[in-house]
Amino acid sequence: MTYRWLLPEYIEDLLPPDAWRLESARRELLDLFRARGFQLVMPPLLEYIESLQAGTGQDMDLLTFRLVDQLSGRQLGLRADTTLQVARIDAHGMNHQGINRLCYAGSILHARPEGLNQSREPFQVGAEIYGLEGLVGDIEIQELMLEALKRTGLPKVTLDVGHVGLFRALSRQARLDAKSESEWFEALQHKDLPSLQALMAALGTPEGQALGQLAQLNGDVSVLARAHQVLPQAPEVRQALSELEAVAAHFGHRVPLAFDLAELRGYHYHSGLVFAAYAEGYPGAVARGGRYDDIGSAFGRARPATGFSLDLRELLPSLPSS
Amino acid sequence: MNSGEGMPAFDGVTIALSKGRIFDDTLPLLERAGVRPLADPETSRQLILPTNRADVRLVIVRASDVPTYVQYGAADIGIAGKDVLMEHVGEGLYQPLDLQIAKCRLMVAVPRGFDYAAAIGRGARLRVATKYAESARSHFAEKGVHVDLIKLYGSMELAPLTGLADVIVDLVSSGNTLKANHLEAVEEIAKISARLVVNVAAWKLNRSRIAPIVEAFASGLEGSS
Repeated sequence: MTYRWLLPEYIEDLLPPDAWRLESARRELLDLFRARGFQLVMPPLLEYIESLQAGTGQDMDLLTFRLVDQLSGRQLGLRADTTLQVARIDAHGMNHQGINRLCYAGSILHARPEGLNQSREPFQVGAEIYGLEGLVGDIEIQELMLEALKRTGLPKVTLDVGHVGLFRALSRQARLDAKSESEWFEALQHKDLPSLQALMAALGTPEGQALGQLAQLNGDVSVLARAHQVLPQAPEVRQALSELEAVAAHFGHRVPLAFDLAELRGYHYHSGLVFAAYAEGYPGAVARGGRYDDIGSAFGRARPATGFSLDLRELLPSLPSS
Repeated sequence: MNSGEGMPAFDGVTIALSKGRIFDDTLPLLERAGVRPLADPETSRQLILPTNRADVRLVIVRASDVPTYVQYGAADIGIAGKDVLMEHVGEGLYQPLDLQIAKCRLMVAVPRGFDYAAAIGRGARLRVATKYAESARSHFAEKGVHVDLIKLYGSMELAPLTGLADVIVDLVSSGNTLKANHLEAVEEIAKISARLVVNVAAWKLNRSRIAPIVEAFASGLEGSS
């Protein structure tokens, strides 16, 4: 017996009035992006699997639906994230030399839900800036994210900021091999202090101590001062901390800020400042983003890059009624 | 979070716990955080227990459901055995403290006299009965042993005795149940104890409420060791 009226798990219709509410929010956001000088791109729903997973480590692997292309015999994937597609467009399709601001809005598909009770068809809206190095770009994109959230009915969010450059620098100093790096990564990502104690003991070096300290460095802006005291004074560390301080100086007086120096989500492709917005009533981040300068190299041309995205479907409860 | 229709919104910290050993061992730690439940879960049928603090409540859930409640934000803090966390795949949880309570070990056990070393030799294939499928799978994968997992929900000891499986993977504390059923533990997979877990968003948004409770637990541990 098949129930022809049932949809697959974690896949749903959008019905009135939610469909209009999501559509209104989509228009609102694209208008915002356009007013700020972003060009719209519409990448395809499916691509060769290699393009969809270039440079992301295994993060995308299990999320991607696959099928075989009857024309080429090659394996195709349904896009599980739009960012990489946009990076490919910037690196190859447009071949822009200067600053390139791109935005997008559309469904993506996940082979398994990314979190508990999450749709397998998020409606991803995002913006990316290519060719703009350093803080200027980071601040511009965070400003844009906060404005976008305001317009989707979330005026009060906490901005959580981290920097993957710290873990990268410290793990290089500690000379971690790939296996132990992934153990440290896991433990830091879960703030698993008991495991970190064990890893620090096993390594038994000051560099290991510094890595373990990262898990304690989260909270308000005072974290940055503490980080200066407990982390080694390597140039990359100082650089990362000064970027974080600049974010604190820029947003500190008007946005609730949290710093988390052990936040490593997307570590495999992020390269600098990473950030996320949290809002009351949502069990996870409502928008996130960060710098990913090296991704373009997977498509033959590395470019400074930063961006953010959010899932309008997840934000439905807070979207204004149209 | 998500206090559905019909439920009064609760503006405070929700702690998820399971009944029994974990609950009993957690009481002294809660006491340190100034939290005393106003009902006993063993006698009360209430699943949401108020405490002496208006801004803290406890919810009583099955041990294996604790990570789910916390990950989804239905509880801000939870206390769950490492065994449960190892089975629970997914992000969205911090596990900052080892509470050093409800200690035991996750082990491979075999019928007495069973030649385990030979059974896991080259190219071997083993039938493993367990409630802990994820942990068992990764343990044997690391060793390069092929396994057929048989998922059971209790009385694992019975599986080798009735020919259902060759070995079992189960929690062992005293070892008495194994002994009574002519089994012996041959390999440790992990040391287990209860962990404190925290929802990621709760940690970022309501740090001022959550951190004092976590710190009180942490200082309770230092005091006892």
